[in-house]
Amino acid sequence: MKHKTFNPDRDVVEWDGPSVRYDVFKEVTVCFVVVLILVAALSAIFSSPDEHPVTVKSWSTADPADFLQTAITELAGTSATGSYGPPYTTTPGVSQKLGPISLESLAGTRIPINTAQDFVIGPLLTLPNAPALDAAIATFKAASAKQQASWESAYATIAASPSFTGFNVKPGAYGPVGLMMSQLLSMARSGALDGALLASPQLYDTNYTKPLLFIQDGGYLPNLASAQNLTGNQWGMMNETGSYPGQAWLWLYTLWYQVPPMNTSANGDVEVWAIMMVLTVLLALVPFIPGLRSIPRWTGLYRLVWRRYYRSLR
Amino acid sequence: MTTTASEADVAVSPDDRPTWTGRFRARAVGSFPPERLLPDRQPAYVASWIYVFGALTLAAFAVVLLSGAVLAIEGPAWYHSSSVGLYFNSMHLWGTELFFFFMVVHLWGKFFMAAWRGRRRATWITGVLAFVISIANAFTGYLSQQNFDSEWIGTQAKDGINSTGAGAFWNVLNFGQMLLWHVLLLPLVVAVVVGIHVLLVRRRGVVPPFSRPEPALASTRALPAGDIGFADDTTTTEISSPDGSAAAVGTAAGGGGPTVTGPSPTGNPEDGEGR
Repeated sequence: MKHKTFNPDRDVVEWDGPSVRYDVFKEVTVCFVVVLILVAALSAIFSSPDEHPVTVKSWSTADPADFLQTAITELAGTSATGSYGPPYTTTPGVSQKLGPISLESLAGTRIPINTAQDFVIGPLLTLPNAPALDAAIATFKAASAKQQASWESAYATIAASPSFTGFNVKPGAYGPVGLMMSQLLSMARSGALDGALLASPQLYDTNYTKPLLFIQDGGYLPNLASAQNLTGNQWGMMNETGSYPGQAWLWLYTLWYQVPPMNTSANGDVEVWAIMMVLTVLLALVPFIPGLRSIPRWTGLYRLVWRRYYRSLR
Repeated sequence: MTTTASEADVAVSPDDRPTWTGRFRARAVGSFPPERLLPDRQPAYVASWIYVFGALTLAAFAVVLLSGAVLAIEGPAWYHSSSVGLYFNSMHLWGTELFFFFMVVHLWGKFFMAAWRGRRRATWITGVLAFVISIANAFTGYLSQQNFDSEWIGTQAKDGINSTGAGAFWNVLNFGQMLLWHVLLLPLVVAVVVGIHVLLVRRRGVVPPFSRPEPALASTRALPAGDIGFADDTTTTEISSPDGSAAAVGTAAGGGGPTVTGPSPTGNPEDGEGR
């Protein structure tokens, strides 16, 4: 017969000593009542955060310049979303890689988004009774890519001016883009763009991917988040608005985003996830890993748990 | 000896053949006799507050499920416009916070007790699984709030999830998808994994203390090599005695001296097998 020697970190001498009275049903019941009272009290005292979300309407109303500066990048396809790569676009060379492997490229562009069409042109075409706008869009679409880029660049230059408010657009060499942008701003401030970005042939829609991506491409949302200490370098993923604990259990995941090389790496996200996957597997397999499974015996903290038992051995 | 036709008929009677149900019942009752499933005795060494955190975690999970069920009655937008809804949302939040607090204390408590010893590795692994899946469950809850937090968390978290390729299938910006994962799929998985975890605790019992001094025979005894903890409890553990002969020292019946477990099974119903 094949034998293994006794390993104190793997094997155990099962208990054959005395037992004591125990009531599992009572324990669970008492725990439930205690937790229920505790939760009820915490809820009454601290409530829970519920700040209104940023909508395209609220964003374009509060900061029309930022909205238009973002919108022109959406039309040009140069926004964060427009050049994101998988799963939204097919932009080459931007996928994160783990060594030679790009997992997001392997998964493919399964949520295709054309920011010019989906965020700008498509919504504008839903506006009724706007022949001038329709003509401008037709002109834009008929133009060469080079001409389009020239108009977009001219508008982006004006929009980048510190004095730009979104309403004081001076005449320039941006062709039909000026009218398209001003109409998009009006549409956004009326709330119509929020609906147009959600447009679904099923009427009911619960997929907010497009409006959320459009909003996050701007500077308005990150500025609000920064003021609430929610950005990535502020341990944002585990925080929430106000002084609530948030997802404190994500501290280790968030930690890796604060340290080099992940905090500056172009592949930071996939590197952090790889680290967390390895650590999670290690945690699950601790019982099998020599050294790791000996830590409890080496540290001796178990003596606190079983102090009565060990005292009884004296 | 010749078997008569009537004897043969009796021997192969369809009524005598074991059914799937009968086999399952026999195995379930064998693995979980009532006194082990709902114990009223436990080993004397189970005498610390750290043992309560497992039950506290279960209690918090129940509170989270109940408060979530109340929120589901009126729908996800209810709590934004109703003070009663906000209160139940707060219960859902604080129940979750306590759930994780209790679970993490429970996890580290079990780590420093090396609670995987003696064929309890599956118990440890299911505990870690429950922790990880609970994190995903809570995360989808944050995404389903329909407020600034869910908006910001979703737009930030997408980059990490997209980088793994999972974002192409599991879209954190798709509210409908995240809500259904939050209220149905993930709670179901958590409940199943936690259920298995609790049953394993009931079956294997609470890990005994590290022996002190080290087992007298630790350096000379040897255990048969075996699998990692799923053997039938009725199997007899065989160890080699110092003189080299084999001796059976423990069975699931718990009689006759200490049972050495590791690669071999164990059980002692008389102990009640606590938490």
